[in-house]
Amino acid sequence: MEQFLQGMKDGSPIGIGYFSVSFTFGLAAVASGLSWWESLLVSMMNLTSAGQFAGITVMAAAGSYLELAVSQFVINLRYALMSISLSQKVDSRFGAAKKLILGFANTDEIFAVAMSREGEVGSRYFCGLAVLPYLGWTLGTLAGAVCGNILPRQVSDALGLAIYGMFIAIVVPAAKKDSRILKMVLLAVALSCCIYYVPMFQHISGGFSIIICAVAASAAGALFFPIEEEA
Amino acid sequence: MESGNFWLYLLVMFGVTYLIRVLPFVVFHKKIENKYARSFLAYIPYTVLGAMTFPAVLYATGSTVTAVAGVAAAFFAAYRGKGLFTVAVCASATAFAVGLFL
Repeated sequence: MEQFLQGMKDGSPIGIGYFSVSFTFGLAAVASGLSWWESLLVSMMNLTSAGQFAGITVMAAAGSYLELAVSQFVINLRYALMSISLSQKVDSRFGAAKKLILGFANTDEIFAVAMSREGEVGSRYFCGLAVLPYLGWTLGTLAGAVCGNILPRQVSDALGLAIYGMFIAIVVPAAKKDSRILKMVLLAVALSCCIYYVPMFQHISGGFSIIICAVAASAAGALFFPIEEEA
Repeated sequence: MESGNFWLYLLVMFGVTYLIRVLPFVVFHKKIENKYARSFLAYIPYTVLGAMTFPAVLYATGSTVTAVAGVAAAFFAAYRGKGLFTVAVCASATAFAVGLFL
């Protein structure tokens, strides 16, 4: 129980952050033609920002199921890497049944917070960590879908930064503590900017770009600055 | 949108997203011993977030000026050791405030 509560405490900022981000998702989903309960269902069953935004784009364009599946696969492939990382971090009592349920909640931010915890991660802690982000994500979507159009444009624009603020809040302390992480993050950012701005690479989709950059930079890090066993 | 279509879309999205997250989590239950593989996985969260943030964040508010101001505020707050929520609020509030002057 103590572990669960600690998880909830650590997850609360993610929950609030998710509320604001999914609020903008709710806005966008309704604008693209989904009803409020359809938007809510998408959020309840996916719990992922980039993938859902891409998903409603495909739906709005009445794209094929294959296109939807491929876009979700590419954008969300990073989760496979994260789930492998997370599988190395959880304790031995985190069994297969728990993984089948809780693995669903392995989002960028929940993952990053779980990984930055000292020692191993137990299922109770992870469950606590996931509760508020899940609530925030679904309730934010509902709020955005139902009452979003009353929000002034400047407010919804500014809210678009909230998710990136959370990313920065996760990366900066780690980079400050370990210069190897700083170097590899800078490398990933440089690669990402290259892919975005160099005309030759512009046909690479956003989701695929993230994978290329993260894999290349992490591989370089593993090769040139391997992190020795801490425990 | 036809309702039948929506359910299939939803099923496809859920299926792909769920399997991609859960399968690797369930399949890898032994500790990976290799030093390089472990290092690679340790770098992943930070390089993913870095690549997701830049350059996309510059276009997140519809104005590069407000975005840069928000990012600067976020870096400042994060460097000072503030938590996730505080940093996110700093970013949004700064972008909003700067937007009022544009």
